[in-house]
Amino acid sequence: MLEIKNLTKVYEGNVQALDNVSFNVQPGEFLAVIGLSGSGKSTLLRCINRLVEPTNGEVIWDGVDITKAGPDELRRIRRQIGMIFQHFNLVERSKVLTNVLAGRLGYTNPAMSLVNRFSKNDVDMAYKQLERVGITDQANKRADELSGGQQQRVSIARAMMQNPKIILADEPVASLDPVLAHSIMQYLEKINKEDGVTIICSLHFLDLVHRYANRAIALNAGVLMFDGAPKEIDDVKFKEIYGKEAERVG
Amino acid sequence: MRCDLKKKSSILKSLRTGLLIAISIIVFAYAFQVTNVNFETTRSEVRITQLTRVLRALAKPELVQYDTTEEEISTPFYLPCPDTGEIEEIEKNTDEAYIQTSVICASPKESITVEGFNMAANIKGPINFLAASGVKRQLANFETNNEGYFSVDVVIPTRQPVAEAQYITATIRTTTGLPKWTDTAKATWYKIIETVFIALLATTIGTAASIPISFIAARNLMKDSTSTPTSTALNIIGFPIGAYLGYIFSKWIIDLLSPFEKNVFVTLIGLIISGLIAYFSIRKGLPSEDIKKPTTSVKFQRFAFIFIAGVMTILSIILFGEFTKLTGKELENVLGPFSFLGYALFQIGDITLMLVPAITAIAFGGVVVSLFNKVGLSLQDNLNTKILKIINVVISTIAGAILFALVMAVINWFYQFNNQRISLYYPVLIGGFAGFILAAIAKPKHPLPTGFIIYTITRTILNALRSIEPLVMAIIAVIWVGIGPFAGSLALALHTIAALAKLYSEQVESIDDGPLEAIHATGANKLQTIVYAVIPQIVPPYISFTMYRWDINVRMSTIIGFVGGGGIGFLLQQNINLLSYRAASVQMLAIAIVVASMDYISSKIRERIV
Ligand SMILES: Nc1ncnc2c1ncn2[C@@H]1O[C@H](COP(=O)(O)OP(=O)(O)OP(=O)(O)O)[C@@H](O)[C@H]1O
Ligand SMILES: [Mg+2]
Repeated sequence: MLEIKNLTKVYEGNVQALDNVSFNVQPGEFLAVIGLSGSGKSTLLRCINRLVEPTNGEVIWDGVDITKAGPDELRRIRRQIGMIFQHFNLVERSKVLTNVLAGRLGYTNPAMSLVNRFSKNDVDMAYKQLERVGITDQANKRADELSGGQQQRVSIARAMMQNPKIILADEPVASLDPVLAHSIMQYLEKINKEDGVTIICSLHFLDLVHRYANRAIALNAGVLMFDGAPKEIDDVKFKEIYGKEAERVG
Repeated sequence: MRCDLKKKSSILKSLRTGLLIAISIIVFAYAFQVTNVNFETTRSEVRITQLTRVLRALAKPELVQYDTTEEEISTPFYLPCPDTGEIEEIEKNTDEAYIQTSVICASPKESITVEGFNMAANIKGPINFLAASGVKRQLANFETNNEGYFSVDVVIPTRQPVAEAQYITATIRTTTGLPKWTDTAKATWYKIIETVFIALLATTIGTAASIPISFIAARNLMKDSTSTPTSTALNIIGFPIGAYLGYIFSKWIIDLLSPFEKNVFVTLIGLIISGLIAYFSIRKGLPSEDIKKPTTSVKFQRFAFIFIAGVMTILSIILFGEFTKLTGKELENVLGPFSFLGYALFQIGDITLMLVPAITAIAFGGVVVSLFNKVGLSLQDNLNTKILKIINVVISTIAGAILFALVMAVINWFYQFNNQRISLYYPVLIGGFAGFILAAIAKPKHPLPTGFIIYTITRTILNALRSIEPLVMAIIAVIWVGIGPFAGSLALALHTIAALAKLYSEQVESIDDGPLEAIHATGANKLQTIVYAVIPQIVPPYISFTMYRWDINVRMSTIIGFVGGGGIGFLLQQNINLLSYRAASVQMLAIAIVVASMDYISSKIRERIV
């Protein structure tokens, strides 16, 4: 179980991105994080694996406080938390296969991986993950030769290489068209259902939230405004989350 | 009111503009005086003739020469005319080439005409007066017409009166055979090769060294590295201690090995054995996957293996140095024309051995630092703030003292104070005090921006180095290693490091950090992140900058010889000083060709890659 307790982040220049946020995530949940642009969604996700250092508060996972972990410990924690980004964040000039294998770096010995040596197991596993997202034939292409949807699938494969218990997805479909968006979300759903991976996913479109998430939390200016099932978001709640002038679309 | 203000401001504006113009006029006028601008000299007749001569010489590079044969055709001549009797005329064979003077005898300073017949058409040569003493004196030059005839007026020189016949000769030079390279051309060829190799060595060494430095000098890679006050202070204490131990250790091993250092087979076997042990202990100590959190005993075991691997690696580096030195020497004797391979091998061995103490010192320093780091972290985690603060105060006092003492030791080396109080006691006191104050003020768990500090220091050093011209560096290198291409290579390599490290690090700073973040999030450590996310992104700009630097190095190496740094500049300067402009022209031509072709090649390669 993942417990977020009183998480606060103040960026340089006194920008309060998160304000005393607390919530729990049960194993196997598909949790959507919603909120306006700038409400602190990315900051929240990044605080969980400490790509951003929280200013205050605790992130407790299986009884261990991630915010207090030392470097070795953090490495061991991070490798169990996959991350997927809006802009895919692939190494564009590297091969697709290398990009996927990079997901294994937390497990490989640093000295070995420096000379680009991955074990045969890892390579087999990489092909298996590519097969799962249906792009085995692209394995030897350069990552930037792939379309956006394919690139996001590569980054899912990379995350899956980590054998993750949790996947943090930061607006994974925001730069894709609606059809591709659904296909990517379906991969995430599959991972969630079949592998039992907990998924915490920030999303912009409420229909996606309703369709895929079994719980949602909402942020507004860094404050947690809502925590409950997606269908509980009625018009009142909606206005609280997105502001008075907001209109529901779709 | 408002209108007034506007007017005022417009007057002020034009006043300001006027002032600016006046100032710039003054500045430029002064510049004329300072730079001695004087166009009268450019019109002076003497200078123009000189310039013409030099330019004409430069236009005729002394590239090829021919074998020449000289044939002298002479006719007797009496100086002065004999007092008595006739002079018997010699019959000339008018089928062959011959010359004829208008008179058979004359007094000094008289003008006579010399004619030549039946000679080759359109040839040139000198006309000499060959005195009875055997001394030649050139009177004029002749040039035959299409029929092989010439006629030249010459003035008879003043000579001791001699009764018998002297001679007037025309020398015909004919070139034979194929054109041959002049000695100048050969020397130039040799030196231009040297020049290109200076540039090559400097660029390779500079590139290799500046790649790791560029990562340290890149803000985006360094800014997130922080360490706690405890670890920082422990590092400052630990590194010098470790480095010193490493230095001692390497000296000790080298001494230990000295009985065997002359034996090729022993060194080879030692090299193989120590290399193997190192390899297997690394494999043991660093398992390819670490799935579980290692227990303490496993950790200890691994540490022991890595320690063995480290020692064995140092040993094998030393043995490698010895072995290459020995075999290099042998090969140099047997390889004949390829003896340079042996020479290179020997030098590589020598460099390796020279670097061993430094490598060992840094490695030991690194080991101690990482151990101390772990100690610092566990202190930080397990102690409460008060006790931690006390410990911090103590160790940062020591750290400050050590740091200041080391810095002062460097300053003392330059200025030789010969005074322990200045060079040791005061810095220790001041440093200790500074460390004490800092630790007392700082929050004991607040991380310090160590990465940023290292970045700033590296950048500062690079900027300082870059501002020293390669020519100045070459002068210092010449003092150190003597006149020659080695000095030039050293100077250029150093400047290349400074310049490239900066350019490279700017490239690192401009990469997309999305992939960096993604790789980091997988649990990769800093080094892995660099290898997998940074390096793929910087390969094209790095190659392009390396080519650009290669270009600059070729240019620089052509003139570094002016200060004794080897290469073609040395020849060029010599010839200019000797006023041999036709020889200098050959070197200028060579430089132009090399620079232009390198320019072309490097731009082609850059085009390909970017
Ligand atoms: N590195 C940073 N330094 C300073 N302020 C930052 C930084 N990153 C984010 N912020 C600020 O923190 C706040 C929350 O940003 P965050 O990126 O978490 O929002 P978000 O909900 O992910 O927005 P979006 O939907 O646009 O991605 C914003 O006001 C942003 O300007
Ligand atoms: Mg965001």
